[in-house]
Amino acid sequence: MQTTAPTFPRLLLAHAEARPEAPAVREKDLGIWQTWTWNAVAQEVREMACGLASLGFKAFDNLAIVGANRPHLYMAVLAAQSLRGVPVPLYQDAVASEMVFMLNDAGIEFVIVEDQEQVDKLLECRELQQGQEGQEGRPSGIRHIIYDDPKGLRHYEQPGLMSYEQLRELGRAFDTANAGYYDRAVASGEASDVGVILYTSGTTGRPKGVCQTHASFIAAGRGGVETDKLGPGDNIMSYLPMAWVGDHLFSVAQWLVGGFTLNCPESAETVMNDMREIGPSYYFGPPRTFEGLLTAVSIRMEDAAAPKRWLYAKFMALAQRVGADILNGAPVSTGDRVMYSLGNLLIYGPLRNVLGMSRIRVAYTAGAAIGPDLFRFYRSIGVNLKQFYGQTETCAYVCLQQDGKVKLQTVGTAAPGIELKIAEDGEVLVRGVSVLKEYYKRPDATAEVLDANGYFHTGDAGVLDSEGHLRIIDRAKDVGKLNGPAGTCMGAIFAPNYIENKLKFFPQIKEAVCFGNGRDEVCAFINIDFEAVGNWAERRGLAYGGYVDLAGKPEVLTLVAECIAKVNADLAAEDGMGETQIARFLVLHKELDPDDDELTRTRKVRRGFIAEKYAVLVDALYGGKTEQYIETQVKFEDGRTGAVSATLKINDARTFPIVKAAA
Amino acid sequence: MSNRKIGDVILDVQNISLSFGGVKALTDISFNVREHEVRAIIGPNGAGKSSMLNCINGVYWPQQGSITFRGQTFKHMNSRQVAEMGVARTFQNLALFKGMSVLDNIMTGRNLKMKSGLLAQALRWGPAEREELQHREFVEHIIDFLEIQAHRKTPVGRLPYGLQKRVDLGRALAMEPQVLLLDEPMAGMNVEEKQDMSRFILDVNDEFGATIVLIEHDMGVVMDISDRVVVLDYGKKIGDGTPDEVRNNEDVIRAYLGVEH
Repeated sequence: MQTTAPTFPRLLLAHAEARPEAPAVREKDLGIWQTWTWNAVAQEVREMACGLASLGFKAFDNLAIVGANRPHLYMAVLAAQSLRGVPVPLYQDAVASEMVFMLNDAGIEFVIVEDQEQVDKLLECRELQQGQEGQEGRPSGIRHIIYDDPKGLRHYEQPGLMSYEQLRELGRAFDTANAGYYDRAVASGEASDVGVILYTSGTTGRPKGVCQTHASFIAAGRGGVETDKLGPGDNIMSYLPMAWVGDHLFSVAQWLVGGFTLNCPESAETVMNDMREIGPSYYFGPPRTFEGLLTAVSIRMEDAAAPKRWLYAKFMALAQRVGADILNGAPVSTGDRVMYSLGNLLIYGPLRNVLGMSRIRVAYTAGAAIGPDLFRFYRSIGVNLKQFYGQTETCAYVCLQQDGKVKLQTVGTAAPGIELKIAEDGEVLVRGVSVLKEYYKRPDATAEVLDANGYFHTGDAGVLDSEGHLRIIDRAKDVGKLNGPAGTCMGAIFAPNYIENKLKFFPQIKEAVCFGNGRDEVCAFINIDFEAVGNWAERRGLAYGGYVDLAGKPEVLTLVAECIAKVNADLAAEDGMGETQIARFLVLHKELDPDDDELTRTRKVRRGFIAEKYAVLVDALYGGKTEQYIETQVKFEDGRTGAVSATLKINDARTFPIVKAAA
Repeated sequence: MSNRKIGDVILDVQNISLSFGGVKALTDISFNVREHEVRAIIGPNGAGKSSMLNCINGVYWPQQGSITFRGQTFKHMNSRQVAEMGVARTFQNLALFKGMSVLDNIMTGRNLKMKSGLLAQALRWGPAEREELQHREFVEHIIDFLEIQAHRKTPVGRLPYGLQKRVDLGRALAMEPQVLLLDEPMAGMNVEEKQDMSRFILDVNDEFGATIVLIEHDMGVVMDISDRVVVLDYGKKIGDGTPDEVRNNEDVIRAYLGVEH
């Protein structure tokens, strides 16, 4: 069902009117899926909005939302918007010192949180804010903290705390006393109002608040919904952080435009299981999620009995060859088709079921480049996995792959309403419906990315092919050059992400960081996947005493070296990539971790930071040493710090002669 | 946590002595437990802590002394009777059904609350089915409370030790106990698991209103979460009081740290 209302709260009301009893949101609670109808959602949003209004929340105020994917938190987004306020979802795993920056930046006075953990953190934030007293332009700080789950909070007596039920109570009273207030507030909302502020994860510098209007997110949502014909009857799993633009696009914008059903998992650990129960028809996840699923499958396949492994290998080879073509509707011989149907019965179908993807019509990935092999794997077993491309500043909506026109290496053509242009230096420029209004209170930063012609500078380097498909190579600032033969800066183009993604496709490799800009050759840090390599070691009877020990085992180094040799062979065969084969590598003694600032909260590597932190290792790689001692500070989840130390071996990788493309 | 309402004495242990043949496990122990408090029993290895718990629990029958529970005085306790009166316990060396799922293990804790007979349950007869559903709902609240949703259907034997401890606690909670006896709930856990467990114990005390008697080795944990502490050494009581009082008790320091003679 399509609705044409100009703001999200009005879309909600339209759904509630058109089909009040249809399921809008589900959540698994106490082991049973609980359903909210559109009518129930509209009613709760109304009560919540009135409750907020009675506490003094008014138009253009910001409401911070902190927590996992809970129905009440999605309703809070709408409650804030109903009053012409602005929801500001924040990453729930950020620590207080990080969070306080955004709370101050957005001038937050009202926060709605999930549970005790978040209440404790917000109280800590409030103390930090009080410690900052006297600074100029300091906002008044957090006044109200509303929590959804009262567990463990019964005896909290700090001022400003309130349960979700109390808020609704206030709302009902306010609504009775001020009849028509809510309806007037919703009616006064305009499409050009800022509908949400999303903080960029900040691969560089401090996070910036991206202001997006109702109009742009509705346009972005509508584009996606129309492309994939989404509507009532479709189901989606909401399990990614609410603060991520992708979740806001899928679980808020497309939900309200398309009118499908949101499903919130019971807890972060049960997502896989819950997904199998719901059988979503529409799914999205960053490449990391798909990678994780594949790793889990690979591990279990390796443990399977020999006949099963043989069958799996046989049919996966067939799928690799023809699966993607069948999905794309390209011609495939009858024999292969028959075999593929058999495979579907024996392998692909059950496999999709295990992955919770039996009913998937459309699956999307975005957020980072996906390894072509990984992408091909899902498409070959009949999951219609597609890529879209965009960033927070463009509602994650710039390019979409259209059904039947999916090319592995590209992210598709420009989405409806979007204009694409490639700048002289290769940077991708975007203009159109979904481009941000501004960075919150940062005209300087806004001016940097939005030029006079209204083009948004994405910071990504890409090329458009003859059919208008966009291929992203890397972050524009990450793309570098190797030194030429004479030490000049004229060497081959070096795209670190491109190589890292190839490495990360191996289930044994969790994370990789490549260096090479302004150097003579490419060197790499590798993070092993503890689960996959641990399993591998167990099956070989290789004893190890933990991550550090395992990562240093000579057998593991050989295993990694084999992976790198394969990547090098690949690179040697690719046009223009042959010179960027990995010359030397080491396996890191600790996992790169967002808590140590090495990854962003969306788990992208912070290249510069890592190069600085592990400078001694980089020097060792390029200095031709054979081993290097290092001691590193680590932060545990409870905030304590400790140190890990190890002596890391520096390994030479096998390289291949460059294959010249047959001219 | 300080504003819990600690009530009257609910359990009063008077002059308990227990011996196995010539070995005196407990000698003339007296202490009491107030309603809603967290009461710890500490002491070095072999001090008689578990024996004390076993006396309260009715596993051991002391030769001397009496135990008063909710105004009723007993010479010794009887396990089933104790359970029916609302005393549940967890075990030092986990006594779970390893092959059964987490859910089923916790359901066994509802055993005493089930009214319908074996046959009715086996045949899923109407009222029995309804009763089972009610119990299941209660168990689901416990699963939610202990944050083990992801392991609902997992056989207990496959879970890591820290989680098994949690399931053990869950089963005890399923009895809706008024008094919960915890035998070394944090033995063998890492720091993070200990923190989680401490939080659960305090929450149980707080949300379920249960009185808690716990045995623990880790002094740090004990001092943090207990209202009052009894110290045993070689079967004798050498200290009793708030954590601060106990910490400064000469005898306790001597028993734990040793002292130059």
